[in-house]
Amino acid sequence: MGEFKVHRVRFFDYMPSGIRALAFNGDTERMAVARMDGSVEIFHCSDRFFQEKIIPGREQCGIEGLSWVGERLFSAGLNGGITEYDLTNQKVKYTIDAYGGPIWTITGNQQGTHLAVGCEDGTVKLFEVNEDKIQFERNLDRQKSRIVSLSWHTSGSKIAAGMMDMIQIFNVETGHSIHRMLADRGVGTSRSKECVVWSVVYLSDGTIVSGDSVGMVKLWDDQTGTLIKSHNVTKCDVLALSVSQNEDSLVAGTSEGTVVQFQFVSMVLGKDDKEWVRTRTFKNHTHDIRAVAEITTAVVSGGMDAQLVVKPLLDKIEVRSAASALRKIHFPHRRLVFCARNSGLMLFQYPGHLELWRLGESEGKGIPGSSLFVKRNPEKLLHLKVKGEDHIRCSAVSPCGEWIVYSTASSLRLYRLHCDNNNVSITKISKLPKVLSSANQLCFSSDSSHLFSASTQSSVHIVSLSQSGCKFVGTLKPKSGSHQAIHLLAASEDGEWLASANSDHEVHIYNLQTRKAHCTVPVYSSAVTAMGIHPTTNCLFMMYADQQMCEYSIEQKQYTDWSRTVQRKGLHRLWMERDTPCLNVMFNPQNPSHVILHDTYMLCIIDQSLPLPDDKTQFYNQLTLKSLTEDQRKSHSHAFKVCKTFKDILCVELISDQSLVVVERPLEDVATQLPAPIKQKKFAT
Amino acid sequence: MATLYEGYTLCGVGPVQNSSNIGILGVEQGGDIDHVLVTDTSRSITVYKVKGVTSYAINTFLKQGQIISCPAVFNTQSQEYVVVTDDRVVRVWKEDDVNLEKAFKATVSADVLKVLSATDSEPVVLFCCGAVRFLDSLLASPQQPMEDVLTEDEIIRWSTIVKAEHQLVILFSTEQRGEHCLYVQRFNPNTLVKHRFETEPGLSAPISFSATCRGSNIHLLYLYLNGSVYESVLPFRSSSTGAEGVQALSRSLCLSLPLGEEKLMSGAAVVLDEAHVAVVGFPHPSAGACKDYLCIWNTHFQTLQASKEMAGRIYSQLWCYSGKLYVPHGKMLSVIPFDCQKSSLAAAMGKQKQTSQSESKSCRFVTSWTSQSCTDVTQTTEIKSRMSTRNVSDLSIIPTSAVEDVQAEVGEFIRRTPQADLQLAAGRVALELVSRSQTDANFYPQCAFLLLLETRYLCYSVCPELLSLAMVKKDFHLCQIAFQIFSDIPEAVTCACLKTILSTPDLEMETVNLDMDSVIFMKELTQAHSRSDEEGGQLNGFCHPALESDVSDTPSNKLQRDPFALDMSCPVGLHKGALLNEVLQTAYSDRSLLPHLKDLTVPQVIVFLQYLRFLYLKYSHDAHKQIRALRTPSISQIIDWVCLLLDAHFTVLAVAPEAKRLVFDLHKFVRSQVKLYAELGKIEGSLQVLKSSKQSEDFGMYAIQVIELF
Repeated sequence: MGEFKVHRVRFFDYMPSGIRALAFNGDTERMAVARMDGSVEIFHCSDRFFQEKIIPGREQCGIEGLSWVGERLFSAGLNGGITEYDLTNQKVKYTIDAYGGPIWTITGNQQGTHLAVGCEDGTVKLFEVNEDKIQFERNLDRQKSRIVSLSWHTSGSKIAAGMMDMIQIFNVETGHSIHRMLADRGVGTSRSKECVVWSVVYLSDGTIVSGDSVGMVKLWDDQTGTLIKSHNVTKCDVLALSVSQNEDSLVAGTSEGTVVQFQFVSMVLGKDDKEWVRTRTFKNHTHDIRAVAEITTAVVSGGMDAQLVVKPLLDKIEVRSAASALRKIHFPHRRLVFCARNSGLMLFQYPGHLELWRLGESEGKGIPGSSLFVKRNPEKLLHLKVKGEDHIRCSAVSPCGEWIVYSTASSLRLYRLHCDNNNVSITKISKLPKVLSSANQLCFSSDSSHLFSASTQSSVHIVSLSQSGCKFVGTLKPKSGSHQAIHLLAASEDGEWLASANSDHEVHIYNLQTRKAHCTVPVYSSAVTAMGIHPTTNCLFMMYADQQMCEYSIEQKQYTDWSRTVQRKGLHRLWMERDTPCLNVMFNPQNPSHVILHDTYMLCIIDQSLPLPDDKTQFYNQLTLKSLTEDQRKSHSHAFKVCKTFKDILCVELISDQSLVVVERPLEDVATQLPAPIKQKKFAT
Repeated sequence: MATLYEGYTLCGVGPVQNSSNIGILGVEQGGDIDHVLVTDTSRSITVYKVKGVTSYAINTFLKQGQIISCPAVFNTQSQEYVVVTDDRVVRVWKEDDVNLEKAFKATVSADVLKVLSATDSEPVVLFCCGAVRFLDSLLASPQQPMEDVLTEDEIIRWSTIVKAEHQLVILFSTEQRGEHCLYVQRFNPNTLVKHRFETEPGLSAPISFSATCRGSNIHLLYLYLNGSVYESVLPFRSSSTGAEGVQALSRSLCLSLPLGEEKLMSGAAVVLDEAHVAVVGFPHPSAGACKDYLCIWNTHFQTLQASKEMAGRIYSQLWCYSGKLYVPHGKMLSVIPFDCQKSSLAAAMGKQKQTSQSESKSCRFVTSWTSQSCTDVTQTTEIKSRMSTRNVSDLSIIPTSAVEDVQAEVGEFIRRTPQADLQLAAGRVALELVSRSQTDANFYPQCAFLLLLETRYLCYSVCPELLSLAMVKKDFHLCQIAFQIFSDIPEAVTCACLKTILSTPDLEMETVNLDMDSVIFMKELTQAHSRSDEEGGQLNGFCHPALESDVSDTPSNKLQRDPFALDMSCPVGLHKGALLNEVLQTAYSDRSLLPHLKDLTVPQVIVFLQYLRFLYLKYSHDAHKQIRALRTPSISQIIDWVCLLLDAHFTVLAVAPEAKRLVFDLHKFVRSQVKLYAELGKIEGSLQVLKSSKQSEDFGMYAIQVIELF
């Protein structure tokens, strides 16, 4: 079918940031994740954990806690402020100072009326949640040591606070402490070190569960203020606790990287006499687990090793499916690498800067499987630091390689690149139209003459680019009136069409000639993870988070026959079971029937002219085909040609000389840059 | 083992003028490997051709009134003889010059101590003052002044030349007011390093030296009158220039010779090879102290390897050239050929180390035994003499008393003697006992022997006759213990014992009292066979009654019926098997064992092979089943013996009809093993490919590759 020259790139030093806090919203099935760099991400738990929304972080904003109040998300951090997020536009809504020094924890009550924060100065501050803001209400009795953890009782009348060496129960009405429970320090040398109660959980039956730096999970009675039971879980710290919604299961995350599950089961069969029993231990992390959350069917954990691990609880799953497999999310479900197709340039998006690289050149030809001699090594042309404290939200490089644009939450900057031989210089385009103040997504037209900037309320602004500068052309608005932010843009090769996809799963197609909405693709239940417009047929090819694919003819405003065939016959089981979303859709100009896709673990070329595989055919058949003769291959090949040579792929792009750029970020390389984990004695070492 | 062959007298030793320990001036290597140059104190220099037991001589005499100052040497480069007369006259002559007066002579400016010559290098002249000159440069200007290296009253006592890698080193020891030093003169660059001998109170000067070159070091061995033989190692090339002053000579004790009661006056030692030292003038450890012996000692194992009585007065002189020892004694100079075989023990120790840990028990005892004697450096002469006096009193009853008395006395003796002394003493007692048993047919103190063996201080070399005595007396119990304890049994003796064991009928053997552990092992082994058969029947759930009865009646029937069934009955009795197991576990070296194995008769070989095959089958079947026994032959030992037996007797076995089935079975087995290894080789190959394909992944940060999709 064909040979490709592949530039294997491993010098993109992307480092995912460690996970600091998790908050699960059971009503919307959304998981909010806060990272060390201050970014907040929203994952859709029932849509294959697709990363729907990313709110980039800022320098110096250490988030310590996350809390949902209804569908509103709040965070608090060591900078002493409480932040509410605008999830529709994926940005910070406001931040107010709690005036209590660094905040260690934030939690909302079940009624959705109040937020409590635990501060360094020893106060628990209550905030009333209003329609559009939060309002400071009062302090509970001030304590001598910092408040490290908080948990509301379901009734909303009591609150448990974990501190240094003790746990306090407050009456919310009076603000006074009801009970004071002392946590034991460790024995031996650690006796001099104070015991930090890292996490508390207040159960509806009045039991308080605490996890502390001595490695104990303790159960307390809030009526008497006495210890019921204690479990020694680890030699290190128990950093996080989470209870399931029906309070029959509890998970604890430790700094050894283990998650320990406790279950509330009756000790004698048939009797109602239930106790918390330690049942399972999972070890999927190499480093400290800073946050755990038990969702309906799985335990989600995250920590210093920056991966989000979804460990399904098999006792709560009835059928084996893609959802019952262990899922580890290492990389964002957004593109961080952009290629200037016509000039061989790559743009790497880091949180605080951009890097522009020129690809190397090879000499001679090689047989498949071999490496070619690298005549010219890749070269770093540009290192562009972001102005201000905000991290980059999105960026793009034009296909001709002449324009670079990026946007943070507060500003958008456009640069023009001058490349004559070895001298690289950039000029910032100073007078940008006012509409270009910030963008959710950016995209250049294929002839590099226009920039499309996705803005608030799902609108797209069009700006024309020329030597003299840039000029606002117009705004494209969807008919539906959805306000969700756009996370994907795709422009057609001929400059006629533009497609946009937003978090409401809507895909709008605009006619760029008339600057009017052309049509809307029927809304599908899963999010669009990647899309592209075919250069010759002008069909929009879409990949969804549940691994489905659709091809929609823009001109005919309907799904193509091939797409209908795919839907009718269904996709192969192995294709559906892949656990990372496709992140790019490309087309091979030399062979219009080829669609090139990739996810983290594979590169796939779909040949639309070939028959689709059914569940009986061998899906990964490249090795078989390789061993067959040319004639035999025809009878054995099917539409999905999967190449698994590459691993940990961040980006695949087809550039104009028919060669592929594959940007890999090997997890081993990531692991070597992580801080050293807690040293553990291993057997026979 | 080392052997001293029958020697003969080369020449007489002239009348000794004084009380010095010098019988003749010297024996030096001649122009050929079998030529020696004997310099007599009485003005004659004789070249002897020593070959076999004959010798011929060419004499060269000096004129009356001339005195030979040092032994004549042969300059192999110029094919000339060199001697110094009257302290200062260097004379050089060819072989056909009989008259020395006509030969070339030159008078030098200082007194010459000695001319030293090594093969294929120029002779070196050592002066009394310590100066050193090459002969050529000296003869070019004979009157050149000599520098004084030594102080006035410092006298050179001994000197030698060592050559290796075309580099010469002169060693000489000096005495000055009771202090003894060693000088090391190296050439190119000329350096002279002075070492001081360690002195201990009561220890006089070394009486004999011997230097050899091994690797890049000079090993200097020296003997003291108290019987200690020390070794010092000097580097061949020294980095020091001698400017650092006098260095103490580090030494290690490598041998402690036993002493008699008489005060020794003279003695000499010479290094034969890495492990052997010939010593003259010291008493034989078990013979009386009154006689003088030439002994060969193994320094590694501290054992006496060979000895020969030397009549007459012993001098502090001993030479060794090309496999012959030259010993002046009484009024003659004897030539004694010797042979130091690479000891089978050394090879055996290597062999034994391979066997499993449970079997290394006897081996461990040997090592501790040697290390103990090595640590006995602090042992003083005092203890030695005390010990030897008491020994005599103990031994004195052996030649006369009854068996019971002797046994009681030996028991008492072992209990009384301190551990450190027991090592030598036990050997002496054993030798005495054996010698009496050999002469007196009614005397056989088995208990005493067992007691001595239990001390674990005996080994074959200490008392070689013990094992053959036990074989003659058919004392298999003693044999077994000896096999367990001795790790240095020569292969010939092992084979003789094997032959005796195989030829003894089983019936006679069963009455013998043997070590329980080994018998239990054999019982387990044979029972395991029947038990596994029963289990097999039960497991299968069905066992044909007729077949079962057949099996129990005649195992051979089963064989005929089912050629693939394994013949699992033990071909020898329990006790014979136990003894054979001990033989299997002895140390040996293949090359030495093979010729002796040929002594076995064909029926013996077949029985032994059948037994080995039985063992092997047992082992391969019950590999998971560990029979608890202290000493069991390992599977590799069994296989080694099978191979050796087949090697030794293959042609006979191939034609012997009764061996056909056995050989066929073994062949079948080997074929299957070869097949298995071939398959394993294939697996290894494919695993290798897997590994290399994994490795090719790494390409660094950037690469341009070609992929192909089908």
